[in-house]
Amino acid sequence: MDFHLYDCLLSGSYQGMNKASVQHTRSPGRITLLSYVIGFSASVLLSLEAYILVSRHELSGHGLLIVLVGLALVQLIVQLLFFLHLGRETKPRLRLVALAGVVMVILILVFGSLWIMHNLNYSHNRLLSPSQVNTYINSQDGL
Amino acid sequence: MNESSEGNSRTIFGFWIYLMTDCVLFASLFAVYAVLHNNTYGGPSGSTLFSLPYVLGETLLLLTSSFTCGLMMLAASLGKVRHVLAGLVTTFLLGAGFLAMEINEFHHLISDGNGWRRSGFLSSYFTLVGTHGLHIAVGLLWLVLLTVRILRRGLNPSSMRKLTLFSLFWHFLDIIWIFIFTIVYLVGVIKV
Repeated sequence: MDFHLYDCLLSGSYQGMNKASVQHTRSPGRITLLSYVIGFSASVLLSLEAYILVSRHELSGHGLLIVLVGLALVQLIVQLLFFLHLGRETKPRLRLVALAGVVMVILILVFGSLWIMHNLNYSHNRLLSPSQVNTYINSQDGL
Repeated sequence: MNESSEGNSRTIFGFWIYLMTDCVLFASLFAVYAVLHNNTYGGPSGSTLFSLPYVLGETLLLLTSSFTCGLMMLAASLGKVRHVLAGLVTTFLLGAGFLAMEINEFHHLISDGNGWRRSGFLSSYFTLVGTHGLHIAVGLLWLVLLTVRILRRGLNPSSMRKLTLFSLFWHFLDIIWIFIFTIVYLVGVIKV
């Protein structure tokens, strides 16, 4: 009973266990070594894939950008499933709900910031040289 | 048993909520970085500063430590104290290696005159990556405390709960790093 917590909390329906019940641990809800091995190898492969894509210069520009972000998102899902065992949560899936809410906040935060900043006047400052920026900042000082 | 397991799942859900708010913190820093990454103020950009093989090494170290942390939890669920301790020490060493590499990278940037005061790009870079490194440092301290606790008291429900919280934290930091690796380093190098 001492060691049931992790399994109960992360794999949901799994019953409590102790050293005596180690023998019958092969119930379907159990977190296994295989789950970590799959998660780890998939993550290593995805990281290497992204690295190789960048170092070989086969793709470029926006295409490469989209592929890289896609690979990162796949790795995010792999780690959520195989390391954080999000798929094994029992109902009500509160952790999943919290995560979904935060993903929405993050999307609004990141894309909202980028959208606003691109529309702002001073985002064009990067087209100026440092001395021009200084002149610009000095001219704004009195406001 | 039901009451204590309910209390534990509440504790773990509470910690999960903390992790979600930490996500918002990192998302804000990512947004700042995304807005400022072109503002180099005549200084160097990411493509001249970052060494990809080095960062890939950091990534693999942290990923492996996330994996050994999982193995440690597996051993804990089976009640194998020695394996748990071995897992904690391995995770600590890999995490410490990661942090040492990151500090070394920062040291080189700063001693070359590319510290956070150089440009908006570097300010946002140091804030984002430094915040992650600070979390890793806290995680390492937590690991030391956990190891001492397991050595002194062994595996009981309370230390199981603490180990579970730590593993969530550590896996979470690795997930954040995936995005730093992709968005800051990989994308920083391709966008010339």
